[in-house]
Amino acid sequence: MSAPLDTGGVNRVPTGGRIDRAQPVTLTHDGKTLGGFVGDTAAATLLAHDIHLVARSFKYHRPRGIMAAGVEEPNALLTVGSGARQEPNIAATALELHFGLHTRSQNAWPSVRFDLMAVNSLLSPFFVAGFYYKTFMGPTRKAWMFYEHFIRKAAGLGVATTQADPERYDWQHGFTDVLVIGSGPAGLSAALGAAQAGLDVTLVEQDFELGGALLAQPVDSASSQWLNHMLAALRATGRVQTLTRATAFGLYDGNTVGVAERTAPGRADAKLGAPRQRLHILRAGHVVMACGALERPLVFAGNDTPGVMLAGAVGSYVNRFAVRPGRQAVFAVNNDAAYGDAMALARAGAKVCIADLRPTVDPVMLGQAQAVGIEVLTATAVAAASGGQRVRSCSMVPFDLALGKATGAVFTRDVDLVAMSGGWTPSVHLSSHRGIKPRYRDDLGAFVPGGFDAGHAGAGAMVGCQDLAQAIGSGWGAAQEAAVRRGMALATEMPNAPLGADLSMAFATCGPIAAAKAKGKAFVDFQNDVTVDDIDLAHREGYRAVEHLKRYTTLGMGTDQGKTSNLNALAIMAARRSLGMDVVGTTTFRPPYTPVTIGTLAGRSVRSHLAPVRRTAMHDWHMAHGGDMMEAGNWKRPLWYHGHGETLSQAYKAEMVFVRTQVGIADVSTLGKIDVQGPDAAEFLNRVYVNGFAKLPIGKARYGFMLREDGIVMDDGTTSRIGETAFFMTTTTAQAARVMSHLEFLLQVVWPDLRVTVASVSDQWAAMSMAGPKSREVLMAAFPGVDFSTEALPHMGLRDVVLDGALAGISVRIIRLTFSGELAYEVYTPTHFGLRIWEHLLECGKPWELRPYGLEALGSLRIEKGHVVGSEMDGRTTLGDMGMGRMASTVKPFWGGALMRSENLIRDDRPTLVGLEAVDAKEPPNNGAILFFSTDAIQGHGRGHVTSTTFSPTLGKAIALGLLQGGTRHIGQEVIAASPVHGRQYRLRVVDPCFLDPAGERYRV
Amino acid sequence: MLRIQCPYCGERDHDEFSYFGDATKVYPPLGAEHHDAWVEAVYQRDNPKGEHLEFWQHTLACRRWLVVRRNTVSHDILDVMPARERPLS
Repeated sequence: MSAPLDTGGVNRVPTGGRIDRAQPVTLTHDGKTLGGFVGDTAAATLLAHDIHLVARSFKYHRPRGIMAAGVEEPNALLTVGSGARQEPNIAATALELHFGLHTRSQNAWPSVRFDLMAVNSLLSPFFVAGFYYKTFMGPTRKAWMFYEHFIRKAAGLGVATTQADPERYDWQHGFTDVLVIGSGPAGLSAALGAAQAGLDVTLVEQDFELGGALLAQPVDSASSQWLNHMLAALRATGRVQTLTRATAFGLYDGNTVGVAERTAPGRADAKLGAPRQRLHILRAGHVVMACGALERPLVFAGNDTPGVMLAGAVGSYVNRFAVRPGRQAVFAVNNDAAYGDAMALARAGAKVCIADLRPTVDPVMLGQAQAVGIEVLTATAVAAASGGQRVRSCSMVPFDLALGKATGAVFTRDVDLVAMSGGWTPSVHLSSHRGIKPRYRDDLGAFVPGGFDAGHAGAGAMVGCQDLAQAIGSGWGAAQEAAVRRGMALATEMPNAPLGADLSMAFATCGPIAAAKAKGKAFVDFQNDVTVDDIDLAHREGYRAVEHLKRYTTLGMGTDQGKTSNLNALAIMAARRSLGMDVVGTTTFRPPYTPVTIGTLAGRSVRSHLAPVRRTAMHDWHMAHGGDMMEAGNWKRPLWYHGHGETLSQAYKAEMVFVRTQVGIADVSTLGKIDVQGPDAAEFLNRVYVNGFAKLPIGKARYGFMLREDGIVMDDGTTSRIGETAFFMTTTTAQAARVMSHLEFLLQVVWPDLRVTVASVSDQWAAMSMAGPKSREVLMAAFPGVDFSTEALPHMGLRDVVLDGALAGISVRIIRLTFSGELAYEVYTPTHFGLRIWEHLLECGKPWELRPYGLEALGSLRIEKGHVVGSEMDGRTTLGDMGMGRMASTVKPFWGGALMRSENLIRDDRPTLVGLEAVDAKEPPNNGAILFFSTDAIQGHGRGHVTSTTFSPTLGKAIALGLLQGGTRHIGQEVIAASPVHGRQYRLRVVDPCFLDPAGERYRV
Repeated sequence: MLRIQCPYCGERDHDEFSYFGDATKVYPPLGAEHHDAWVEAVYQRDNPKGEHLEFWQHTLACRRWLVVRRNTVSHDILDVMPARERPLS
């Protein structure tokens, strides 16, 4: 340890700062315990203990230190926590110090001090921009497959955990009149103005303290007092909801803003239901963006050395955290704002020299600086910083800004800190998220928001305000705008800027580049290790447009999104191309502003809550009787039952056998069911289905197909006539929702004059399919009052009954139809009676050994009969493709009929439905296997594909359905089914799609 | 998050609705003799940069089909009406 815990570090200034010295807290970093205080960030605590080296850079593994004091930090990314709570790539500068905080350096082995991967630095001439692109081309292309493994292991910064996240995340939907983003002077002013006008305000601040740029002012200054006054005034309105530790990460349509709120450290507790983070989806009447500005580095050799920091950050560490990051400093600047930071450091006891690029400096400011012992050198540029793991010396050179060149000899100073300021850049991210490109302002040397949509406004440094008075005024103006939009007026006078406040925002009035040539890498993007040379290379190779520059060099693509690099890079490229910055433009800013934990975006929709679960009335019964449940969309359905075999493969075959020889019962409640009623219902169905429904007799069911408007098959189903103006439609499970919307579209948009209502009753009816030679006997035993003779209830007949006896009052609808090809009945009953009827049927079925069968058997039985399902009706097939062309009526028009016979849909070479049986194999071919004639070379698109496969215990062979060019013309011929993904081929023989009982004798009894 | 003013339910988030595309299409009468008009209705789209009349169905609430006038560049929603009131070209 370098100092006793209670002084908080050797660099800790004994007084001042916003830290709470009454609450010491320790940080454990790389195993070392460091004393800090509540109010510190991890970076502040590290700097307090003179720890600058905390990381190794992405590509070159160069030693890196803390550069900034906020979310724009590119270097000091640490891994926080361990095990399931491990989080990599957390900026130490935005990490709130709290009890139990453990951090680790990353991307270095065995340590940041001695990193073996630093050997990358020696190979750096090869690792320039476009390395992968140039290296793994031509003869070395295959080498990529070998090297990729090692490159991927070396890539990246921190390591993420692979354990499940034990924390809880919440979503909160909010509505507010005025959403103010940022609690600096402009934001506070806007919030106060709007609140006092009577509007509800939500103030969002990413830091754990309110104040924005004011937090970097000395605690005893006039601006700090102003801050306290404003916070009190906001509280007094009673209309301001404040969220701290809350980042507005994206501006979306509909005046919606996404905010990621981090719970105060130590407060998250999944057991108590306290979330770790909360996603706010805020819908605002008006959004005021007071996002402030970020400081730019200067570009000179060695500007990435630990101990080279942003000037504003130095000022912040001194004034907010009472930390003096160094004792001998050179400030490399091109603007006035940095003077305040230099003076703060000097007052904290450091020896400071300012190297100002500009030829002249405001004499009052010059006097103030000199009064605190600062040596000011004008027309001087920093040429290089050097020192390896800590900056040790700084070379400077007299520089003529107008000529752009050095005018004297290089001289060197010993330093332990270099503070650089290239001016401030308005933070235009949020205002650009909806596509409004920023525009360049020559006077500021920076981009500002290009404009604001109705309902949005900007305020403060973000829109180019240069001092406190301007910021307060612009915030007040934004509040005014919001109030006026609501037909209100601001209630009070704008607050005055505090007298003697010295907060000013200086935008660069000259280029950010110190072009003094020196040996060594000069960094533009610190996080992705992009240097000036890389930008020059991109320019030479023709990647000159900003979008190309970005992707070729990867600048701006790190977790910091180029917050400290974008503008410098654009300025360099603009200079190379001799174009104005306004012409060069910027790349696109996209959410999120700072990284957002995926858990926060998922909220509670994780694991079993990812999607709703739909269960039938018999679900618990299936679970209790060995049902192996599978997901069919959101539904849980039994695939097979454990009592029928040890494996799926055994069970489904056994189930198929007892359906064909005895009787089985399957839960088909998931089918779509739609109630269609009205005087024009019959006419409506006639238009919707390809076959006729207008003359369907009451008490009869009919199988029908519906087409899409382009003539392709949409769905099949069975519709029954319950009465003169009432029909009961069924659809497939998968298409139920789609068919419902389709019918509503036709009735509301296309044929609004038809007097028909449709209602979804899928959830209202439970349904079971009783199939097998003994099914009639079982139903006679279950419902003794019903005549099940073939005359009374013929094939495709329907009967509605109300039961008596023990089941008195329960309605049951019975439709005699078959999917399996056996004598079969579908039994419908209202869902809340579903289980009772199911159990009743099973009880009555005992003498005939009635057993339940699952989805696998259900699907396989229909393959034996050549019945088509979604695999055949896959959105590309027509009626004709499935051999059902004759079902289409020739006497009445129907939806999809006009395009059904389009040229492309009636081509002779379209693959059509065939049956396929295995020649020698016992296992069925892969679903989707591509079909070839035996004379074809096995390559290319083939002649069709396999759509459904199974093993038929009745036939004793593997069978399939497929779509084949030429279809049933090839019956008897052999084809090959090739599955390149599985590396398999099967010999199959083409047969009729109906493998069993084509005359239907088994079900017409 | 688009906010859509359903004429029946009030202002709602767009994820209560399902989007169904161009609402300027006019369907010809059923029947193969209108083949060309059907090709026009089913396949031809203007894809405007700017105001777009489009179908949304309020699937998670009233189930009504609506026509929304939305700017495809700014995503601003200018107008919402029941589908049967849509202007036909």
